[in-house]
Amino acid sequence: MDFGLIDTVGTLMMPPAASTYAADVDALFYFIIYISIFFFVMIVGAMLYFAVRYRRKAGSDEIPDGPTHNTFLETIWIVVPVIIVMIIFFWGFRGYMTMSVVPANAMEIKVTGQQWFWTFAYPGGQITTNEMVVEVGKPIKLLMSSTDVIHALFIPAFRLKRDVLPNRYSITWFEATQIGDYHLFCAEYCGTSHAKMIGTVKVRTSTEFAEWLESLDAAGEGMSPAQYGEKLFTSRACITCHRSDDIKGSGPNLAGIFGHEVNLADGTKITADENYIRESILDPMSKVVAGYQPVMPTFQGILKEKEVDALVAYVKSLGGQDE
Amino acid sequence: MNNAVAADNGGGSLTPEIHKIPEKHYINAKKGLKSWLTTLDHKRIAILYLISVTVAFFLGGLFALMIRLELFRPGEQFFGADTYNQFFTLHGAIMIFLFIIPSAPAVFGNFVLPLQIGAKDVAFPRLNLASWYLYIAGASFALYSMFSNAVDTGWTFYTPYSTTTSTAVISLTFGVFILGFSSIFTGINFVVTVHRLRAPGLTWFKLPLMTWALYATAIIQVLATPVLAITLLLLILERAFGIGIFDPAMGGDPVLFQHFFWFYSHPAVYIMILPGMGIISDLIACFSRRNIFGYKFIAFSSLAIAFLGFLVWGHHMYTSGQSELSSVIFSFLTFMVAIPSAVKVFNWTTTMYKGSISFETPMLYAMGFIFLFAIGGLTGIMLGALSVDIHLHDTYFVVAHFHYVMIGGSVLLLSVGYISGGPKCLAECIIISGPW
Repeated sequence: MDFGLIDTVGTLMMPPAASTYAADVDALFYFIIYISIFFFVMIVGAMLYFAVRYRRKAGSDEIPDGPTHNTFLETIWIVVPVIIVMIIFFWGFRGYMTMSVVPANAMEIKVTGQQWFWTFAYPGGQITTNEMVVEVGKPIKLLMSSTDVIHALFIPAFRLKRDVLPNRYSITWFEATQIGDYHLFCAEYCGTSHAKMIGTVKVRTSTEFAEWLESLDAAGEGMSPAQYGEKLFTSRACITCHRSDDIKGSGPNLAGIFGHEVNLADGTKITADENYIRESILDPMSKVVAGYQPVMPTFQGILKEKEVDALVAYVKSLGGQDE
Repeated sequence: MNNAVAADNGGGSLTPEIHKIPEKHYINAKKGLKSWLTTLDHKRIAILYLISVTVAFFLGGLFALMIRLELFRPGEQFFGADTYNQFFTLHGAIMIFLFIIPSAPAVFGNFVLPLQIGAKDVAFPRLNLASWYLYIAGASFALYSMFSNAVDTGWTFYTPYSTTTSTAVISLTFGVFILGFSSIFTGINFVVTVHRLRAPGLTWFKLPLMTWALYATAIIQVLATPVLAITLLLLILERAFGIGIFDPAMGGDPVLFQHFFWFYSHPAVYIMILPGMGIISDLIACFSRRNIFGYKFIAFSSLAIAFLGFLVWGHHMYTSGQSELSSVIFSFLTFMVAIPSAVKVFNWTTTMYKGSISFETPMLYAMGFIFLFAIGGLTGIMLGALSVDIHLHDTYFVVAHFHYVMIGGSVLLLSVGYISGGPKCLAECIIISGPW
């Protein structure tokens, strides 16, 4: 995985801040850090000072007679921390409210989490996988749900995180302030390939964004179906589970299967022809390969007819029939 | 007589008089395996627990090493993704349910509680032994699950993943269910013991702070553990019989599971740390040769932590889909529970003021605790703040915070318990270490 392209350096302890509310989160974070350093130095400093100053002299039989309580002191060190944590509470509360109230003019993107990829559906009907492209300076509302287990959408550069649940919509929003590419992670453990459930948020100017939307409609032109399928195999995240190299994925390796018999979980066999591959993409639970978990989500509604054709052509091109 | 004073406040210097071991004591009073397995003596039961949790600790530690080994470099090194997922699940589940939760009350509580309040034994010795057998039964189920098809859900068993994964969730959760009863038995025993078996004249405000801490812990064990037990039972019913409670595919609600789970598991954090706080309260006073500073504030802060600890579970769910209003209320209460912990730290540090401090091993551990626990506590402030937590939630920041509190707090003090047994039972514990 190449993380080199994405700028991950922000301030000392935080990634780059690229959303409208990120600066406020960072300010509070560093405020707490400085308060914490102050108290830490005070406590540990006092402890070390006392340890040296009041160390027991060799052979000393002294029974020291220090104070055992001091109500004034106790009051001080209850009241002062209460005041400080209340400041922190209200600051965090205010920032959280900003994150929770979606601006009225926001563009809505429907986010779907599934094992183990993200899909993003745009108002114009365009669907992308593991790649969200947005316009800089425009508020984006994310309407999110899951088709299987709980996931969590995490975009560190935007200070955005929200669980994605299977039985309800969760809603959050952001407005990107800096053009660039940013990481997008699943932050809620969701099974075998959780660590690979990652994507990219691309923040672009409004012209670039419009061009990108148009290019989605024209995708695949000028390529052979197999070439387009190879591209889709990566961009639609098939490759998260289905490897054609030596690494063991959580789904069957597709190299060389075309035209060969496949052992199914129910004990029967089937020949991996065009229709079986098509069915496995659109209705993956119906004929699960023996030795694998029935975890693949359906791509019905995500892939267009042209894209299914291309993927079938690509799997064919991985070899099998002639060998 | 200095020695008499030193012995009175629990030693503070290992004077030769304390080293003297009586001819006959609980280790050699009876012999043979059967005498151990049928013992009703609180110290022997503590030793049984000590051996069991130590085995669990090494097992959990082994999984921790496996995790670190795999993380040696990015990408897959030694184990596949599934094996790795099983390793971190087992590390968490074993350390939490088989090690830390029982080791604090059941090992140290069993050993020192009756001694500290001048009782012959705990109130219900048979219940005490039964709790150890339940521990063994629960641990057996957990180990069975480890060898059959180890669970890969994470120690939190979040649904619907835990409902749908093919691994042995039922045997592990059933093991934890049984372990819960073991913990409840210990809790009931301690509550009754502290209420009913104090020596004549030993009023509440003369109790050692360790006893206060164990009392607060026992209340949490009795009140919170049943919720976990019921939750895990419901999870088992859902998996085994398809009764929809948490899995939306069957009409359930996964966020409900999280509420139930954290309603126990947040207070459980205090089961893990409160006895440690009791140990250090006594240690610092003992090795500074001072009375503890702010006795009542430390005692009441234990109760405040136990009480408020029940009201902050929602801070595990800021990002999870509970209502915004709930998150705000839980954030407020989370900051409130920080105050009694801060009060304790200030009082411990001030106890050293004008003391006569000796740097024997337990005191070094106690000072190490203050250092590490301060980091653990202060990082908790960052996680309590709503907007900051949204960024930090579900990341290694939380893992680090938790381990600072658990390793730097609980495990450090439990280790010093292994060394000294806590100063109040110094003489007793030297008997343990004597023959070795």
